[in-house]
Amino acid sequence: MIQTDIIIIGAGPVGLFTVFEAGLLKLRCHLIDVLGQPGGQLTEIYPKKPIYDIPGYPSILAGDLVKNLMEQIAPFKPGFTLGERAEKLEKTGEKEYTVTTHRGTRISAPVVAIAGGLGCFEPRKPPIENIEAFEDKGVDYIIKDPEKYRGKKVLVAGGGDSALDWSIILADIAKEVTLIHRRTSFRGALDSVEKVMDLARNNKINLITEAQAVGLNGNGVLKEVIIEQDGKSPVAYEADHFIPLFGLAPKLGPIGDWGLEIENNAIKVDTYDYSTNLPGIYAIGDINTYPGKLKLILCGFHEGTLMVQSAFKYIYPDQKLSFKYTTVAGVNGFE
Amino acid sequence: MEQNIQVEVTDREGVMHQLEVPVDMGLNMMEVCKSYGLPVEGTCGGMALCASCHMYVLSDHNLPEPSEDEENMLDQAFFVKANSRLGCQIRIKPDLDGLSVQLAPVGAE
Repeated sequence: MIQTDIIIIGAGPVGLFTVFEAGLLKLRCHLIDVLGQPGGQLTEIYPKKPIYDIPGYPSILAGDLVKNLMEQIAPFKPGFTLGERAEKLEKTGEKEYTVTTHRGTRISAPVVAIAGGLGCFEPRKPPIENIEAFEDKGVDYIIKDPEKYRGKKVLVAGGGDSALDWSIILADIAKEVTLIHRRTSFRGALDSVEKVMDLARNNKINLITEAQAVGLNGNGVLKEVIIEQDGKSPVAYEADHFIPLFGLAPKLGPIGDWGLEIENNAIKVDTYDYSTNLPGIYAIGDINTYPGKLKLILCGFHEGTLMVQSAFKYIYPDQKLSFKYTTVAGVNGFE
Repeated sequence: MEQNIQVEVTDREGVMHQLEVPVDMGLNMMEVCKSYGLPVEGTCGGMALCASCHMYVLSDHNLPEPSEDEENMLDQAFFVKANSRLGCQIRIKPDLDGLSVQLAPVGAE
C-alpha cells in the first residue's frame, strides 16, 4: 500500500504542475496514469506540436513542456504508478480514500485530485457488431507477445506505424499475415512502408488495400473476418486472429462510476476550490466542467494551484496556511 | 462586412439543420456544429488529431484536398467513405455557401 497526501489521477501537464503547488505546501503527491509515460495528451498525441499560450513561452513544443514540468517538480519527489488505470475508489477512513489500479496497486491518501484530461486512452475498436464477443478469443487490440501468433493465420488492420511494424514482425512468426488498409498509401516510417511492400511482393504478406473489416464469424473463437473492398462485395477470410491497430482514443472510463456528478463527460466542480460533490475529491484540468470552462493548460495550472490550498485546509483544518511567494521563500524540496 | 453563408448539416437521426454561418470568424465545420449544439465532440480542439468531427460531404463543393495529417487521422477512423472529411479541417469560406454535410455515425471516431 502506498501512502501519500494527494493522489493525482492523470500525469498530464495539470497533474504534474499540481505536484509543484502541493509541494510548496509540504504536501506529497503520487500520480497514476494509464499511459506508460508522463505528459498525457502532450506526450501521446502531439509531442512535436508547438503550444503558443503558455505564459512566458512565445512557443514551446508539447514534449518540451512536459520535460520542463518534470524538472520543475523533481524536488518534490512525486511517486508514479504508470501504465495502470485507476479503477476503483473506496472510502477507507474518515479522511482516507484508497484508489486501486487495474493491476491491483493500492494507494491511500486523504485527498484525490482527478486530473484525467480526456479520460483514459484506450485502443480504438472497429465498430463491428460482435467484436466484443471475440475479444481475447481471436481479437487483440494490443500485441503483448508476438509468439502467441506462431503458426497462426493473422489479419492485421490499420495503416500506421504499429500496423506496419507488427506485420513485418509477424511475417516471420505467423503462418500467414494479411494486412488490410483503407487506402493504397501508408503513413508510417518510409522504411517500414518499403519493407511491407517488399514482403507483399514476395508473398510473405497478403496486402489488401482500399478495404475495411466489416464482420467477424466464429464459434466461440474467431474463424473468419469479413472484408469489404471498395466497390466489391464482402469476402470472408479465414483467420485465427484479428488485430485492429487504429491508435488510441480517450474514454472517461471507470471514473464515470465513482459517484461523481458528471455533465457532458466531465466532472462538475465548484470554482471556489475545484471540489467535486464528494468531500476530499477534486477535479482539475480538462476533465472538469463549470460555467465558463475553457480547456486550456494554463487554466488547469490555475485550478491545480487553488485546489491544493483547499486540500491543505481539508487535511489540516486546525493549521494556519500562510501563503509565500517562491521568489521570497525559494523552493524547498523534500529530502 | 462579408455576408453570412448557409450550410446544411444532417445529424445522426437524419434531421437536417440549416445553419447560418459568418465567413469572417475563421470558423471550421467542427466549430460551427458545436456552436449550434449539434453532437460533435471536437475532442482534440481542431488539430486533426481525433476523428470526433468525422463527417461526410454530400454536396459537390470543391474543397481543398485533405492534408496528410487529416488522411492519417481518417486512417484510424471507422465508417470511412470516399467523401469522409474531418469537420475541423473544413474552413468556412464564402464559396462554401450551400455546403451540405452529414455527421458520421457514433463509433466512427
